[in-house]
Amino acid sequence: MNFYLKRIIMTVPTLVGISIVTFVLLQALPGDPVQGLAGDRADQAVLERIRRDMGTDRPVVMQYAGYLKLIMQGELGRSLYTNSSVRADIARKLPNTLLLAAAAMLFSTLFGILLGIFMAVFRGTFWDRMALILSTGGISLPVFWLGLLLVYLFSFRLQLLPPAGMGSGFSGLVFLVLPAATLGLNSAAALARITRTGMLDVLSQPYITTARAKGVSAPVVIFKHAFKNTLIPVVTLIGLDFGSYLNGSILTETIFGWDGIGRYAVEGIFQRDYPVIMGCVLTGALLFVLVNLAVDLLYGLIDPRIARAPAEPLS
Amino acid sequence: MKQAFVFIRRNPALCASALILALLGAAALCAPLIAPFDPLAINLNAVKQGPCSTYLFGTDTLGRDIFSRVVYGARTSLAIGLSATALSLVIGLLAGMLGGYAGGRLDMGITMVTDLFLAFPSLLLAIAISVLLPPGLLSVTLALCLVGWASFARLFRAMTISLKERSFVEAARAMGCSHLRIMARHLLPHCLPVVMIAATIKVGGFILAESALSFLGLGIQPPEPTWGAMISLHRNYLPSAAWMVLFPGCAIALTVFAFNILGDCLRDKLDPALRL
Repeated sequence: MNFYLKRIIMTVPTLVGISIVTFVLLQALPGDPVQGLAGDRADQAVLERIRRDMGTDRPVVMQYAGYLKLIMQGELGRSLYTNSSVRADIARKLPNTLLLAAAAMLFSTLFGILLGIFMAVFRGTFWDRMALILSTGGISLPVFWLGLLLVYLFSFRLQLLPPAGMGSGFSGLVFLVLPAATLGLNSAAALARITRTGMLDVLSQPYITTARAKGVSAPVVIFKHAFKNTLIPVVTLIGLDFGSYLNGSILTETIFGWDGIGRYAVEGIFQRDYPVIMGCVLTGALLFVLVNLAVDLLYGLIDPRIARAPAEPLS
Repeated sequence: MKQAFVFIRRNPALCASALILALLGAAALCAPLIAPFDPLAINLNAVKQGPCSTYLFGTDTLGRDIFSRVVYGARTSLAIGLSATALSLVIGLLAGMLGGYAGGRLDMGITMVTDLFLAFPSLLLAIAISVLLPPGLLSVTLALCLVGWASFARLFRAMTISLKERSFVEAARAMGCSHLRIMARHLLPHCLPVVMIAATIKVGGFILAESALSFLGLGIQPPEPTWGAMISLHRNYLPSAAWMVLFPGCAIALTVFAFNILGDCLRDKLDPALRL
């Protein structure tokens, strides 16, 4: 079967699994949802009626089927506090989160890869060691703390950038700088490390020596001959790291008052607004699966050998 | 003695990170002896004091000594980091090795569950779980563990599969070893070096995740001092009293940094083929 088709079909069990997990989490939520809906003083008959309407008196499997049908239609319920549709809220906030993630990804890809190549080229020198320590430090910093420090430095001390909030249009870009840097730093550091390793592997191979021997200039060897062949691990990490962007956006958006689903989730948590929390978990997981799918499909384009190889789950 | 000296000179990063972690561990264990003040004692006569000789890291808005709170915070962080790692290691070992060794339907089932848990953004899942459980040491550990076991399971499974066709396993089977014995005495020791590396780095990751949960108010509840909650509590005072936020953050960063460096050094020592 076609590699691409097969990979797409492989996501179905995962999606079903995700729906099961969120369903179980919903079932395990504290408190009786029916009681919550009807209020504390409702009499037994009212409770029964609501229970029948919501289908909570049916067997669990049927309830799951109902739940699945609802989320397939994109119905995520209503916020317990604002009574607005969770789906509409998420649809409104998701683009903001994606914008932030894209900016962070740009930041981390640019800096991570450049730093990684720099370390590989200057391997073993003082600068390599410094950069290695720096990148290990980069993956060790708590995102939320880093964000606070950046705000302190750039907004309060230097007064260069706005501490929080969002702008619109082109002038809104200044609001993007600090959150994107905060969100991207961990990934940049991780990316730098993996680029360095990949580059070191490739740079020691004979075809690089050949290229150098026949007089190809150093930048061309490094960027065209060597870097192209380290793309696979780099792309893998960029894709896998999308999960860390989602994790990080929960914290980053809270700190910078960014109106995305990360902050939405946190607000939901503080108010114990379960439909909101579950909607965010579901959306996050779905997004994550789709991005992983996209990365795997990309492999086929970067390295045609993978698409032609017999079916072996990529991991 | 001389050998030890040579070892230190050859592996400065390994020894430095091990020393940091040993000191941290000692501080956590002997917190009551090291901390000059009660971490919960409120002293309204010494509110928002900067770092000085009495209050090494200064005091917070309630006059609590931040140094003492950081020392006590090490207890929670290390306890959660280590126990969550140990627990997810055990679950990952059981699931991964069993699946990899048995193969067939069992393996398929376990792999599906593993992939499923890896399909959630980890912090989001940990948040969802810790919302369900009453907040506390146990629930944070459980939440982190439920999120973290899958990567260990995948690691154990991959290694078991690559090892089980090797001739020493065949020899053991020919000699009549039970499956259980083969797994425990023949496969497990071969997995240990790589698993140790992964586990060391994972401890750092869990400590980072715990601090994030505390920062969001989902971890150990106040007044119990945790690094993440200290940062969250005083984040608005950063411009006027930076030490309240600076020191707990440094504690997190230093601890995680030490675990990462230790993991890297172990990798260089134990697994030269898999250098990162």
